[in-house]
Amino acid sequence: MPSQKQLMKGAEAIAEAAIRAGCRHFFGYPITPQNEIPEYMSKRMPEVGGVYLQAESEVAAVNMIFGGAASGARVLTSSSSPGLSLMSEGASYLVGAELPAVIVNIMRGGPGLGDIAPSQSDWLMMTKGWGHGDKHYISLCPATVQEAVDMMSLAFELAEKYRNPVVLMGDGLLGQMMEPVVFPELSEASPDHPWAARGKPNSRPRVIVRSLYLDPAELEHHVDHLYEKFGQMEREEARAETWMCDDEPPVLVCAFGTVARIAKTAIGKLRAEGLRVGLWRPMTAWPFPVDSLMKAASTSDRVLSIEMNKGQLVDDLRAVLGHDKPIGFWGRSGGVVPTVDEMMSAIRAEFANA
Amino acid sequence: MTETLAFGRTPLLTHNYMHYCPGCTHGVAHRLVAEVIDEMGIQDRTVGVSPVGCAVLAYNYIDVDFLEAAHGRAPAAATGLRRTLPPDRYVFAYQGDGDLASIGMAEIVHAANRGEKLTIIFVNNAIYGMTGGQMAPTTLPGMKTTTSPSGRDAEQTGHPIRVCELLDTLVAPKFIARGSLSSPKNVLKAKKLLRQAFELQHTGFTFVELLSTCPTGWGLSPNDSLAWLDRNMLPFFPTKVFREPGAMPEHAADYHPDLRVRDAK
Repeated sequence: MPSQKQLMKGAEAIAEAAIRAGCRHFFGYPITPQNEIPEYMSKRMPEVGGVYLQAESEVAAVNMIFGGAASGARVLTSSSSPGLSLMSEGASYLVGAELPAVIVNIMRGGPGLGDIAPSQSDWLMMTKGWGHGDKHYISLCPATVQEAVDMMSLAFELAEKYRNPVVLMGDGLLGQMMEPVVFPELSEASPDHPWAARGKPNSRPRVIVRSLYLDPAELEHHVDHLYEKFGQMEREEARAETWMCDDEPPVLVCAFGTVARIAKTAIGKLRAEGLRVGLWRPMTAWPFPVDSLMKAASTSDRVLSIEMNKGQLVDDLRAVLGHDKPIGFWGRSGGVVPTVDEMMSAIRAEFANA
Repeated sequence: MTETLAFGRTPLLTHNYMHYCPGCTHGVAHRLVAEVIDEMGIQDRTVGVSPVGCAVLAYNYIDVDFLEAAHGRAPAAATGLRRTLPPDRYVFAYQGDGDLASIGMAEIVHAANRGEKLTIIFVNNAIYGMTGGQMAPTTLPGMKTTTSPSGRDAEQTGHPIRVCELLDTLVAPKFIARGSLSSPKNVLKAKKLLRQAFELQHTGFTFVELLSTCPTGWGLSPNDSLAWLDRNMLPFFPTKVFREPGAMPEHAADYHPDLRVRDAK
């Protein structure tokens, strides 16, 4: 039985959703604006017989989930942008060693120490540049607290299905907003996987969890195997939402996460004014929902990317839609949250350009 | 006359061909770890963590489940294993001096300070072996390496870090000891330390440093390396048991383990 609807802060809802999904081990290091996740975990994990452990750094935290995942347990860490930079090495090891783990990134303004305000500044890091080597991560981009809750279960399922880390990308807005949510039932997950290092009984050969393949031919074979998985992810796991596109609007707004939500309000108001505009929202940053974008954009004259950064989504749009389709960008960066009014102005300007 | 086997292969060492240089004591250290696990009958409950460095392939030789960690992060990865595995499991990490005392200093200190129920085996040969003989945090003053060609200048690069002594300032650890692999007698003593550490592992953090040779990195023959270790490393790294179960570090004689904040809300 799912739970009753309850009002909850996004960060805490994400933490509770992980526990509902069978996660009983959380390792993390404090960083704003996601501290409600470790704080909630430190209180809640003992109640369900789980483990909360504060790591000495994000570097240690990601390596703790590396060790925890190697034992077959469902493990979680959470952090914010600078912390994700520090975790990038460990993330690469998780991919190389084929270990499932879930990592929450509540993004803040950058570069450098930046600020602690909501941002979407890590699209490029999560989709293109997180860690060394040939690798990919499924990155989920929820727009509401309920979607974040639903995506936590999905994140653990996908991580185990593919034995690959999965990232949940939110921003400070999502973490801080309170919304009514419904949780799935509390579940438990068995750690007894054939690939898990739990002590070698006589009945099986020993397990070696590693990302080291010194023979180049052997490593190439391993990477080919990883790319078979990434290919399957691209075919089966891309997710997107297309909204207000039935009347083939000439202007298509592209936005993800909480910005897509603000965009819906702006689009609703513009529609009331008679402007035909639709929304396309990637729910997975990687794999990028190529087919869905092509379909949504096929009938529009112009595309406008609206982001809480300097336009990190634009390269992906360009790669799919080519250079013939006009692709505009409007956004705020540095942790400034766009208002509905300024977003409406930006969309109106796109009509003026048409 | 009947033949009796006086010395056989350690059952828990695999048949894999060891990659270590002739005279390197990693092979001896591996053997001791394998013997202890075998004699305690805990092969089916043990998971090892190998480092980055010469011992990166330790998983090829010791016949237990293994995890290969990132450089310096073995104590964090071992913590992840420890905190998720059933309490009857044994988790050990095997690290060299660059891995543990340089890039991984934060992870080892905090794992020790949390009292993680682990056994850490620290192989100290005062040099980076795998990368070709560079200066390590445990390199001795005056010792020549490929990155201290005139000998380590302590004024510029610091003095060798004494990890046992450093960890012995913490309250949580249950066992901290330094042994040496420089002679058959010392090897037998070192094995006893390892056995003690594994036996105490489920009570808290246990740590055994093993002074080791690197004939290739030191530019010496295997035999000369053993003599060099005794003559040069022992003055900096005395072999002894630093922490026995129940003991407290000297500076913390007035620290009661049950001491709590007076004004808890």
